[in-house]
Amino acid sequence: MGMEKYEKFVKDAKDVLTYPPGWSLDNKTGAWRATKPVLDHERCTECGLCWLYCPEACIDSESFDIDYDYCKGCGICAEECRPGAIEMQREETGEGA
Amino acid sequence: MTTEFWNGNMAAAQAVKRARVQLIAAYPITPQTHTVEYLSQFVNDGELDARMVKVESEHSALSACAGAAAVGARSFTASCSQGIQLMSEVMYFTSGMRFPVVMAIANRTLSVPVNIWPDHQDTLVNRDSCWLQIYAVSVQEVYDLMLMAYPIAEDPEVNLPLLISYDGFILSHASEPVVTITQEEADQFIQPPGQTDRAILDPENPLQFGEVLFPEWYPDYEYKKHRALADSLTVIDRTFRKFKEQFGREYHVVETEGTGDAEVVIIGIGSMMQTARYAASEMRKRGEKVGVANLRTFRPFPEEELVKAVGHAKTVLVLDRDIGYGTSGMVYQDVTRTFYHQEQRPELLNFIIGLGGKDITPKTIERCLELGKPGFTGQSVFWPDARGPKEGIPYSEGLTA
Amino acid sequence: MAMKLKDVSREEHLSLGNLACAGCPEMLGFRHTLKVLGKNTIVINATGCLAVVMQMGVPKVPHFHVLFENAPAVISGIDDALKAMGKREDMNLLVVAGDGGTADIGLSSLSGAIERNQDFIYLCYDNESYMNTGGQRSGTTSFGARTSTTPIGSVTKGEDRPPELKKDMVEIVAAHHIPYAASASIGYPLDLMEKVQKAAAVRGPSYIHCHSPCPTGWGIDTRDIVKVAKLAVTTGCIVLYEMVDGVRKVTKKVSKRKPIGEYLKYQSRFKHVIGDEEAIAEIQRGVDENFEAMMAKMSA
Repeated sequence: MGMEKYEKFVKDAKDVLTYPPGWSLDNKTGAWRATKPVLDHERCTECGLCWLYCPEACIDSESFDIDYDYCKGCGICAEECRPGAIEMQREETGEGA
Repeated sequence: MTTEFWNGNMAAAQAVKRARVQLIAAYPITPQTHTVEYLSQFVNDGELDARMVKVESEHSALSACAGAAAVGARSFTASCSQGIQLMSEVMYFTSGMRFPVVMAIANRTLSVPVNIWPDHQDTLVNRDSCWLQIYAVSVQEVYDLMLMAYPIAEDPEVNLPLLISYDGFILSHASEPVVTITQEEADQFIQPPGQTDRAILDPENPLQFGEVLFPEWYPDYEYKKHRALADSLTVIDRTFRKFKEQFGREYHVVETEGTGDAEVVIIGIGSMMQTARYAASEMRKRGEKVGVANLRTFRPFPEEELVKAVGHAKTVLVLDRDIGYGTSGMVYQDVTRTFYHQEQRPELLNFIIGLGGKDITPKTIERCLELGKPGFTGQSVFWPDARGPKEGIPYSEGLTA
Repeated sequence: MAMKLKDVSREEHLSLGNLACAGCPEMLGFRHTLKVLGKNTIVINATGCLAVVMQMGVPKVPHFHVLFENAPAVISGIDDALKAMGKREDMNLLVVAGDGGTADIGLSSLSGAIERNQDFIYLCYDNESYMNTGGQRSGTTSFGARTSTTPIGSVTKGEDRPPELKKDMVEIVAAHHIPYAASASIGYPLDLMEKVQKAAAVRGPSYIHCHSPCPTGWGIDTRDIVKVAKLAVTTGCIVLYEMVDGVRKVTKKVSKRKPIGEYLKYQSRFKHVIGDEEAIAEIQRGVDENFEAMMAKMSA
């Protein structure tokens, strides 16, 4: 994570430190993943449960595409998917962020 | 401008009213309680347009004040003794967040044994919480310093919490004539509340506060905080001068009397300095060159001004109405640090007096002066109030230069 | 009217890249809560997991991590200061805290804020222990659970405080005659969001106690988090209800409760009781008694 950003941040702070929203985007938490959810669009009924239950909010509410930059691979989406359209696949080395 | 006959707690409350404080949160504790009772009356009578948060503890009192500051409001609390100890965690939090909260403190010692009488143990143990600490010697000073509290604390160069200390009972409960100012005059002197350039909690500009800072950058942040406190001396001095211009009463970070040609200078904080001044003037009548330097501000610690005040005096007596257990008084520690690097270092002696409200009379001060005479003993920290091993000889310890 | 999936706001108020463990129930519940409250919200976060994982600007709403025990006092100051400045309007003031910050160290400050009728929503994420410090037991730890301070020993195994003494936060705040209090679960997001909606509509304090099974602390496979949260309800460990002006109503009826073993078997914190019929029976007895006592309080 960019230490340079912190340096400027602390230097620029007049008094109290405040963090602007969205700094966290630097944290590509997809790198944590051991297993990866893969959606089979053929079997997807677009019910939206995966989107609803995703703790990261990294599943698109329309396309149900998964943002692999941030998906931590918890597998809740796969577990909650009624038609079983999401499969957890072992992550190949080097995948993720 | 009228003269009123007020006690210290009333003087503090009246000044808070003049400062148009928007939020007050406090919890009862003797001898501070009246301040909050008076303010409650002002609010309930509609004299002060503020909200009163009747909290369930001192910890919550300061937390509520911090919350108010987080949305840009002017807030006030009052406490002392055990109360400050309970809110100690929040004191660090408040300064770390750079919230200019003001607190009035009617100094009282810490239990146990249970004791409701004054000493400075309660504020001094929180000396490193990065609050400005300013001490009053009279009720007039309680009023004046409270009026100056917000202009100092809220100055963009400072943005730190500030406490005004006045000895419990001696100043909190004793009534003295106080020259007051009108609301109009106050409004000219104190900027309107709720106007700040500080970052605040605002849905229009959402920011995150109070989060983690990693070791790599932590010292940088701490240094800024430390500088803000140290450099607040300039702002304090500026505010004192502005106050004098507008109201005529003069304040300095170190207030001296008879130090010009003094061979012995007495240093200390709080109401006992009034007694010290009296004792010194009596000594002068007997031809002894004694001066007094009252530390108006303990944090920031006015090193340069103190060195100037002591001048060429050979002996410095530091009166401590507190004890840094196992070492010396706490004011003494800072005074010795200040003089260590001076070419002409006076002899520095420490007197632990007035603990738990033990009376400090002119005799007490004279006794200190007696003990401080060269050759009396080879030690540096004296406990003249505690009954020594032999009649007339107090406990003393420590090394002299 | 019951909330439907299609009614749920598509807007997200949390940026990606939070530092929570995979499958974190608090992230899930917080995400849903903010969907209901929207942009015009100030969040005061007591120390705990959520405060830590929110760092580096995750929230898109004003967010203030305060101390462990003072969030309700801080929000009291905010509530009253905004009123004093004429800026209170219809802003939502939300406290989020864990079970340690709520039931233990922060209880007196919460009690004070409710008693003063401060206008705020308090959301407690109950993962039944101090997860941020590595899983020590708290006042809401379940009977029999292994935590790092209730380890499996040769004499005592897991939390041994009698099950009925576990702190019941909803009933504790109910005793304050709070206008709105509810229990909720991250397993039932629509139910939670409806409750947040009701809490936000209240003028004065409101309290929601959200059961949040923790994969890391309880030893649950991350993918099973929602399933386990639901099992807590369907076994009767947790009763989902709300209390409006003193009237209690179950919001998720469970007609035939599943045996408690169904819930325990997913959690390694109960590994020591799996296969121990006697131990499971003891836990079941506690759950049954609690469930019946809760039901006796319900008006509907």
